[in-house]
Amino acid sequence: MRTDPIRAARPLAAASLALALLAAGCTGAGQTGEGAAADLDVSTGVTDDTVTIGAHMPLTGPAAPGYSQISVGAQAVYDFVNANGGVHGRSIEYLAEDDAYDPTRTVEVTRELVHNDEIFAMVGGLGTPTHSKVVDFLNTEGVPDLFPSSGALMWNDPEKYPLTYGYQVDYTKESKILGEHISEEFADADVGYLMQNDDVGVDSQRGLDMYLQDQAVAVEHYESGAEDVSAQIANLEQEGAEVVVCACIPNYVALALLESARIGYEPQFVTSSIGGDTVTLRGLLSSFAEQAGSGGDPDDFLDGLMTLGYLPPVEMDDGDPWVEFFRGVYDEYGEDAPMSNTTVYGMVQAVLFVQALEAAGEDPTRASLIEALESQEGSGPGLVPFASTEDDRGGFSGGFITRYEAGEGLEMVRDPAVTDNAEGDVEDVEVDRPLPEDIGPLSQG
Amino acid sequence: MAPSTHRAPASDADPAAADSAPAATAPRPGRRAALRHPLVRHGLWAVAALAAVAALTAATGPVTDLRVANVGLHLLAVAGLQFLVGTSGQVSLGHGAFMFVGSYAMALLVVNVPAMPLAAGMAAACAAGCLAGLVVGAATARLHGPYLAGATLMLAVGLPAIALRFPDLLGGANGLAFATIGAPPFLAGAVDDTQWRAIVVWTVALIGLVVLATASAGRLGRHLRALRDDAAAASLSGVPVGRARVTAFVISAGAGSLAGACQAYVLGTATPSTYGLSLSLVLLAALVLGGLGSLWGAFWAALAIVYVEVAGTELAHALDLSTDVRNNLPVVFFGAVLITVVLAWPRGVHGALSALGRHRSTPLKTGDSR
Repeated sequence: MRTDPIRAARPLAAASLALALLAAGCTGAGQTGEGAAADLDVSTGVTDDTVTIGAHMPLTGPAAPGYSQISVGAQAVYDFVNANGGVHGRSIEYLAEDDAYDPTRTVEVTRELVHNDEIFAMVGGLGTPTHSKVVDFLNTEGVPDLFPSSGALMWNDPEKYPLTYGYQVDYTKESKILGEHISEEFADADVGYLMQNDDVGVDSQRGLDMYLQDQAVAVEHYESGAEDVSAQIANLEQEGAEVVVCACIPNYVALALLESARIGYEPQFVTSSIGGDTVTLRGLLSSFAEQAGSGGDPDDFLDGLMTLGYLPPVEMDDGDPWVEFFRGVYDEYGEDAPMSNTTVYGMVQAVLFVQALEAAGEDPTRASLIEALESQEGSGPGLVPFASTEDDRGGFSGGFITRYEAGEGLEMVRDPAVTDNAEGDVEDVEVDRPLPEDIGPLSQG
Repeated sequence: MAPSTHRAPASDADPAAADSAPAATAPRPGRRAALRHPLVRHGLWAVAALAAVAALTAATGPVTDLRVANVGLHLLAVAGLQFLVGTSGQVSLGHGAFMFVGSYAMALLVVNVPAMPLAAGMAAACAAGCLAGLVVGAATARLHGPYLAGATLMLAVGLPAIALRFPDLLGGANGLAFATIGAPPFLAGAVDDTQWRAIVVWTVALIGLVVLATASAGRLGRHLRALRDDAAAASLSGVPVGRARVTAFVISAGAGSLAGACQAYVLGTATPSTYGLSLSLVLLAALVLGGLGSLWGAFWAALAIVYVEVAGTELAHALDLSTDVRNNLPVVFFGAVLITVVLAWPRGVHGALSALGRHRSTPLKTGDSR
């Protein structure tokens, strides 16, 4: 048979012609240029009696089991504030929209929040893969982007993202503090890394390597979404790692603990702040053990676990005024699940926002909110200083290290310290924390 | 001479530029000779559809515009799959992988060559997809039925992992984030960025649909339908079996990757988790829901992909359910809709609608029954 070449070429010719026409009228697809900066002297989302804020949160999907508690905590604080007269007489409407930890959905729900719900600010948008897809949009639209729930380094970039203010201690800072502590306390030990195969792992490893380069004997990675980590644990055991540093989310810390117990491998486990909440871990360990049909007290697996923290830990029964305050709020406005450090994470975000909103004055605008935030000093409820200045938006700038003893609770093994995410040293720090009653909207009641 | 064993009914690909329902009632072509040519006819449909989209986006807000853009790009992806499955009869479970290719091609160009015009980026993404389609098509041309499905399934599972393998270039699990150009300056004030993006996506999608419809109405379409119905008979009649199959794969992959490129352009992101196995399965399931064998089916499928999921999610949040149930409700909802529709109308939504309208026009349908 013969194909008529002219005929066959026609659709292609038409398509190329159309594309060429389009090309003629276009500048570069990536040349977004410097548009006029958005007007910040507006009070979008603020009415006489409400302030509407929003966040994208994984209420369903793979990240939901641990992290859905964050918005529960934040909501409880806002409910408490609203029940006690609000901020300058306005109640806070908090819209936690479900993005299922799917970046495509994040883009959609964020646009809904900004365009339809007209939020005043985004507070606590969760996740690096998700929030990194909307940070440009929020900054272009002039929406203050406060306290993203992620330890990525990119939130602290005032040049590129003038409206973004970080919250969580970044992965490099926290692993520097962990690295220094391990190099001092376990000077002769061989160290293995268990890293999540994304920016969490990369940024954490950079901090650890500054102190542990010579002690590290193995670096293992897992993919987020993987079902088990048995191969990685087996390798760590084979390389003789006596200390295992885990830059992992709680799910994989629990899997690592279970797997090493199963093969009789007993290294000293150290986790970064994202994976060390023992309340969450206990829940995960119980449910994994249930699935496997084996018994065992979750506490046995957790015994000796060392973790970095920067907020007052709920497991530490030392009468911390903020933990007691949060417990009271959670009992009244929270849900059935036990209050965990993840809940507190969301509660502290809410407190920091309430503080800034109050300081923004009787008639807040986006500009006055930013100004209030930048002039704020101190730590809020945290145990290390909180950076939200014009040049440094790193959020919590360090941490302390705790060790979990089965049956005993937490013991602090390294006092609060701060550092930077470059070559700087780790230095001890003390903060002068406000008490809950020092913060206006939290004290009326 | 055209050694085709089957008549190619012009109506098979008629409602090519499927967009608005009223368009279906427009007069059939054939008044003048020039209008008879498939390319002209389909082009006119496309122009009309684009005008309808422009009017629609002018009347709605940015969130709806984003959904309209989403429908457009899914329409193109499903139409590409429809060309492969409905016209050539090759079942692919890996169509999402071609969207992955297009999306990352576009993303890499925007990130690394910001000066490259959008249209050139789209063309390059399409070319990358066609190349991938050529490789896969050539490798799988001898496979049939479940074997082909299995091979393409592997593609859907495996390809997105490339992004994890090369984190420096492709951004690993976090993917790539970038800003793309919005509405041109001379339209400032009249058309906002989201609206402009929706129009661009539909322009690309409609160009793609015109190519698909024209190819389907022409010699290649006849060959493919002949192949689909009986490969041995087609081969005996002189249809080049292998070449036609591979061509179908290439065209389909090109449409898929263009859709991926549109998605990257609209959302400003390319993330591996978006292009996982579930996307490929959803595309195929939605095509069955919409109706195999017609581009109208692809349109209903695209609507279903965007809006059934929205409805399912809203339903899940409206009912106060436990997290485990909420996680799965949108999928279950989609499945329930799919099963109900296919049980009631085996030829999908398009089959149901054309049965309703049968008293008005009964064109010869050879394509829909298989």
